[in-house]
Amino acid sequence: MTAQVSPQSDETGPARSKIDSTLRAILRDVLGLSEERAAELTPDSGLFGHLPELDSQAVADLLTEMEDRFDIIIEDDEVDGDHLETYGGLLALAEAKTVTS
Amino acid sequence: MTTPLKFIEWPSPTVDGGTRNEAALAFDGGREMRLLVIPPLFEEANKLRHLLVEVLRRLDASGIDSFMPDLPGCNESRAHLAEQTLDGWRTATAEAAEHFRASAVLTVRGGALVRPAGLPGWDYAPHDGPKVLRSMVRARIISSKEAGHPETREEIETRGRTEGIALAGWQIGPEMFAALETAELPPPETGVSVLDQETIGGRPLWLRAEPDFDAAQADALAAVIAIAMRDSV
Repeated sequence: MTAQVSPQSDETGPARSKIDSTLRAILRDVLGLSEERAAELTPDSGLFGHLPELDSQAVADLLTEMEDRFDIIIEDDEVDGDHLETYGGLLALAEAKTVTS
Repeated sequence: MTTPLKFIEWPSPTVDGGTRNEAALAFDGGREMRLLVIPPLFEEANKLRHLLVEVLRRLDASGIDSFMPDLPGCNESRAHLAEQTLDGWRTATAEAAEHFRASAVLTVRGGALVRPAGLPGWDYAPHDGPKVLRSMVRARIISSKEAGHPETREEIETRGRTEGIALAGWQIGPEMFAALETAELPPPETGVSVLDQETIGGRPLWLRAEPDFDAAQADALAAVIAIAMRDSV
């Protein structure tokens, strides 16, 4: 008899791939990207400071939308420039928050 | 048959008990079905204006008059935004409903916070006062950090409550700030339903960093409203 073991991701929060796809969907909505363009985002893709339309209000709305969709609270002092500068930074923030929340 | 889009004026109550003319965008054919539209608050009003004008155009073609007033201090208004209060806006929207003889109301996003009572209609993707403020305060935290003079949320909130503060270019007075901090969505009212983004379909336009437009969303929103308003006549 084998014990039914849930995948580890169920115990530690959403799977990383799920976080990644949700975050891509948020950026798609914020930046008006096609599915293809959103799928092409890499950890090095530049965000705040690289895209002129991504001003402080747009970044603030983006963080608030992450809070809603991931059901997390992002404290202001948890966000530093590195988190906002690239897709990889933002993903790291989302992963850290969803695992600890 | 279509009615020309017009900018008209309506008498909005002022804090000192007088009135001041404010603008409204209107399709007024003197028809029986008359929709009042309460736009979103602050930046989201700009992001959704194109969509809303296109919704009103479609409603006009369906035989529905519509009126989208400027909230005092916003858009074309000559009133100072810093002097406006949430209760003042509630008085203004109630006056607009009466002035335009509205038979239904559509509120959009934070516009739900100032929905006039006693009319059937819709709250499209409503969000409460703390949500409205959260993003705006956060935007100020990010930009002041960028500018090299960081501020904390507590500092911004204290200043907002006591003397008022500029958030992302919007001058929020102390009364408005304090009211938004606790403003809840109005309780469910008979005949008022919530329209969420899933019903309308597509991507939420208030999230777009650059204002955008989606004809399919305008079609969907107008269809929901037109069908319900025709059925109720």
